[in-house]
Formats: sequence, C-alpha cells, structure tokens
Amino acid sequence: MNIIENFDLYAPRLVDKKEYLCSGHRACQGCGEVLGLRLMCKALGPDVVIANATGCMEIISSMYPSTAWEVPWIHVAFENAAAVGSGVEAGLKALRRKGKIADRDVKVVGVAGDGGTMDIGLQALSGAMERGHDMLFVCLDNEAYMNTGIQRSSGTPMGASTTTSPAGKVSSGQKTWKKNVPEIMVAHGVSYVATACPSYPLDFINKVKKAMKVKGPSYIHCFTVCPTGWRSPSEMTIKLGRLVVETGIFPLYEVEDGKYRMTVEVDQLRPIEDYMKPQGRYRHLTPDQIEIIQDRVYQEYNKLQDKINGLHAWSDLQYEWGLFD
Amino acid sequence: MAKRVGMEVAIAAAEAVGMCDIDVAAVYPITPQSHIAEHLSEIVADGRTDAEFVTVESEHSAISCVAGASGTGARVYTATSSQGLMLMHEILPIVSAMRLPVVMGIANRAVSGPLNILNDHSDIMPQRDNGWIAMFTENGQETVDLTIQSFKIAEHPDVMLPCCVNIDGFQLTHMVEPIEFPDQKLVNKFLPPRKPYATLHPDKPVSMGTFAMSDIFPEVMKAKDEALKNSKKIILGIWDEWEKMFGRRYRPVETYCADDADVILLTMGSMGETAEIGINELRKKGISAGLVKLRLWRPFPFEELKQAVKKAKILVVTDRAVSFGGPGGPVASEVRAALYGEKERPLIYNQIIGLGGRDMAVSDFVAMVEDAVKSGEKGIIKDYEFYGVRG
Repeated sequence: MNIIENFDLYAPRLVDKKEYLCSGHRACQGCGEVLGLRLMCKALGPDVVIANATGCMEIISSMYPSTAWEVPWIHVAFENAAAVGSGVEAGLKALRRKGKIADRDVKVVGVAGDGGTMDIGLQALSGAMERGHDMLFVCLDNEAYMNTGIQRSSGTPMGASTTTSPAGKVSSGQKTWKKNVPEIMVAHGVSYVATACPSYPLDFINKVKKAMKVKGPSYIHCFTVCPTGWRSPSEMTIKLGRLVVETGIFPLYEVEDGKYRMTVEVDQLRPIEDYMKPQGRYRHLTPDQIEIIQDRVYQEYNKLQDKINGLHAWSDLQYEWGLFD
Repeated sequence: MAKRVGMEVAIAAAEAVGMCDIDVAAVYPITPQSHIAEHLSEIVADGRTDAEFVTVESEHSAISCVAGASGTGARVYTATSSQGLMLMHEILPIVSAMRLPVVMGIANRAVSGPLNILNDHSDIMPQRDNGWIAMFTENGQETVDLTIQSFKIAEHPDVMLPCCVNIDGFQLTHMVEPIEFPDQKLVNKFLPPRKPYATLHPDKPVSMGTFAMSDIFPEVMKAKDEALKNSKKIILGIWDEWEKMFGRRYRPVETYCADDADVILLTMGSMGETAEIGINELRKKGISAGLVKLRLWRPFPFEELKQAVKKAKILVVTDRAVSFGGPGGPVASEVRAALYGEKERPLIYNQIIGLGGRDMAVSDFVAMVEDAVKSGEKGIIKDYEFYGVRG
C-alpha cells in the first residue's frame, strides 16, 4: 500500500499520467514491445507525428475502425517507416515555413520492429539518417519477426530457435551474431544514439526526452521482451528485461556526439544462463554452446567499455546538422 | 496569346510542376531517370518554388516519402520511369487506398530484362490496377497542361486519388518542342492551395493507414473503384475549366478523321502525331482511315471509346507492352472488353509496336492499316501480332 502511495506522490513528476497509446489494443499478455511504445509516447508527449512500420505494434493498435493512438499516426508499409517519416518531416517543415500550419515544433518519430529496422528497413533508415531529417527513429527489437510467426531476423541472437532457424537434430538455432545497428547509426554521424529497455522506464524516458531535443536525426534501440516468441512466462517480461542488462548481453548506454556513456552501470555481470534459462528459445543449447556465447558477451562488453573510456565527443561545429540549410 | 518557347519536354514538365506551388518533391535517379528531377531541383535551388526537395535513397523511398508528406497536407510530386516505377509498385496501391493525392510524372520506358531504357509502356502497364488516375500525353504542350491539371484533379475533394502523367521516355521527354506556358496568375487561380480532408498534425490527431481485415477490406476496395470511376466527371469538369481559361480542349478520347472512317487506328501516347500523318497518307490513297487516341487510361473511358469507333468496320489497336501468354497487348484487351457488349462492333487487329524504343515511321502505320484492311476483306482474324519483329 505504501509503495502505491509513494508512486502516486513521485511518479507523476517523472512520468506523464496521460496515455497517448490507449488501452484496449490487441497486444499479447506480457508484451514488452507495447510497454516500450507506451513509455515512449509518454516521454514524447502530444506534439509528435508517428510513422509506424508494418508489424505487431501496427496491427494491434490500428484495427479499423478503431485506433489506440491519441497522437497523429501513419502506417504505409513494412520497410519504409523511415522514408514515410522523412516525408512527414519534410511536409511539416515546408508547410510551417510557408505559414500553412501552426508555427511550432512537432517531432517526427519513426517506429519499427527489428525486421523493419535492421533487415528490410535498413536502407530507408540509413537514407533518412544520412539526409539529416529532424526525426527520432525507435527500433522496438524483440529479436525476430513475431508478427508473422517468429521467423529469424538479423536481430535474432546466436543460438535462439525460431521458426526459420529452428533447433533440430543437426542445428542449434540461429547461426549468426546479432547485427549491431546502434553502431551503424553512430557511423552515420547521428548525434544521439542510445539503447534502452522498458524494464528501466526512467532511463528509457530520459533518453527519449534527450532525443526529442536533438535538431536532426536521433536513434534509440529499445530491447523488448516477447513472451510469445521467446516461449517465456508472460509475468517474467520485466525481469527478463533486467536480466539482459545485468548479464551484459544488452548494455544500456548512450552516444552523444560520439561520446559513449553507460547509463545503467552493472557492478558484476551475471552469468548469461540466468537470462537464458527461462526462455524456451534457448532450451536446446549445450553448456559448451552457452560458453561460446558467454565469451562473445564479455568481448562485446569490453569493446563497449573501451569506447566509453577512449572516445572523445565530436566537436559541435563539424557534426551539427542543417549547416547548409 | 502567350509566347511559345522551344524547350525539352522533360524540362517543361519540371517547369509545369514549378508553377504549382508544391511543398515537397522526392526523387531518385534510378536508371533511367529523366531531366524532370534534375530540373525541378534547380527550380527549388534557385528559390523559384518554395519546396522541400528530398533526395531519397531509392524509388521505394521516393513514393513512401511523398506519401508521408501528402499525409501532412502538403502538395507533393515525384517522377520516375521503368525500374523505378517497378520498385514503387508495392506502395502505389497503398497510396490510392489512403486517398493521398500524389502526382507523379512517368517518363515511360521499357522494363528489364534485358536492360533497355528506351521507350515503351511496359513500366506503366503492370501498375494498371493500382487505383491511380492515369493519363497519357502526346506532346510537350499536353505534358505541361496535364501536369498542372493533375494536381487539381488529384486533390479535388470528390476524387482524392493519386494521378500519374505518362510521358513517352526519349521519344517525348528528350524532344525539344514548342510550348506555350500558361500565365502564372491564371495557374494560381486555376489551382488554389490544397484543402486536405485530414492531416497529420497534433492539433487534430488522426490515424492513417490502419489495419483492415475481411470485415471491411472488400468495402475499401469497392470504395476505391467507385472513387476512380467517379473521378471521370470531375476530370471532364476540370478540362472544361481549363479550356475556358487557357483555350486548349482536352477529352478522354481524341479523334482524327474518325467520324466517317471505315478503318480506325488507335494509339496511346506520343505516337499519335506520327499516326496522324499516316492517316493523311492513307486518305490520299483513297482508304477511309481515321485515328482514335486514348488520353485517359484510368478511369477507362468506355462510353467515349464506344462512340468514337461505332461506325468503323476495322479497328487496329496498337500496344506498347505485352501481356505475356495472354491476349496480346493490354490496351487491346481493354478495348475488346469495352466493345464486347455492342451489337455492332469492328473487327479488332492488335499490333504490338515500338517495344524497347523500336522506331515507328509513318510508313509503318500505313502498312499496318493496309494489312488490316486486306485481312478484313479476306475474313482473316488475327488475335495479335508483334509488328515487324523477327523470329
């Protein structure tokens, strides 16, 4: 009881009580992705237009004639959320300059899953980021094509069993390492790149708010648990989101003008079994295979630490967007 | 009368777009682009049009970008051809279902393979059933006029559909032609700012492009079909208005010496002018020949076509694309369907011509008509032929 009272006292100052993504949508029980979307909307507030790729979040929120969206929202297709967002941004920019709409900032936010961001949507995303549109792009990564029936993507981690990378008599699931899209975004010169997870809501909200303030492109890669696709208990969604961070598999960091910073520090990394054990998608893995993955996790974590310790921020002038506008 | 200037047609198309107060253009230089995009970027760079010019990374993103921009209420334009149009294919029916008034110039070119880049209609024909208004221009003047008209047609509250202006690649886009540009003040009067039905803005949030299952999807398809069919009367009204303001008359089907003709040739696009000279030659030879030119491809002008060919005994339909393993060319297929219910209808000979930029001379049109007349007299029925093609 005390906890709830305290929540009422403090939470409204930290988190907007208003819902911009309403209840009544059709997401699965324990969906981490829709929680991410909801928190993202709270951080964004009302002055946004969302360009959503085809995927779980699109179909669960927009079953005609109903909609869960209290903010302006557009869906066109799967691979083009960043291109549609580019157009929305260009449209709002031109109409505002020409006095045809209100003279105030409206942020364009592209939203897609791991498939719509990392695979089929990567070209459109790269184009939009390179062109420097004033747009935040949020990847809600649940590590496979869940909407179409749990097929593997380039976001699926090594060893995970999916319907197109199934564990079988001679196969141990996904044969490739997860593609590092945040790093690809940093390479574009995007001035704010961050990773996030709804199990750390305030960290996520702060990052969205930071990205909102960027004049130009920004990118947040949000890790979202999918009980349906991962064969994990739906009540473990928040817990798994914490474990993925505590094991160092998905560290929470941000890159501001090229300067890396860990936003959630983990004193001692937990063994990855703690995270993998409750998930059906990893059930087939042998101890040897888990060790290979564990070694890779340590290596990637150290690489990130090196960047945090070694890299300096870019100078403002060189990396500012829109200098020739 | 305004002064006529000599100008490349693709440049003229861009100049026409520059007169329409667009807000956003998005283009990509896929092989092959035309000079439309380049020149439009110059117009924007010189500040002659206040627009965002988005140089996207693919044609797929070009159409996606203008779709998003159109959603905000902006007036939008894109141009493409051939492979680029094929890459846009996925998004085209979405744009029409979302009722976004996107205007697109298409410099019609052959579709690979083999890679060709020259003119025919094999790029637009696979887009036939995507719910877009589709018009074909015959010359530079029509290109300018139809481009300006397209914005008014597409944005009309009773239409709200995307519209494409088909301009034969090379054969037309790269020709220098005499063109009379309308007065900017009159264009402003003819084409006032867009009044969108709904826009993407926080002041009045809407959801666009929502998910529809079988309980509503067929109704959306029916509504799109009806909207496209109903657009014809709006198009006719806009063409009347254009005639009053600018003096040039446009109809869905144009005729030349066709009223009393026994044999009629049918073309679509820039070959109409060459065919006209062919008709003159045939008349000199004593053959009662006429020409019918299709300007409006979608919505298809069934009534106007029936009227135009009702007295003819023979109809030679030319096609610039192939429906492989099917009834020949898509235009002939449509014409046959349009005339099937008529008590008296002409014999139809379908000639597939000018694929991949193969040149068509006046003598070719004369020969086609003479061949059809001979076949008709002998009672020989041919479904379709590849005119002058070896093998």
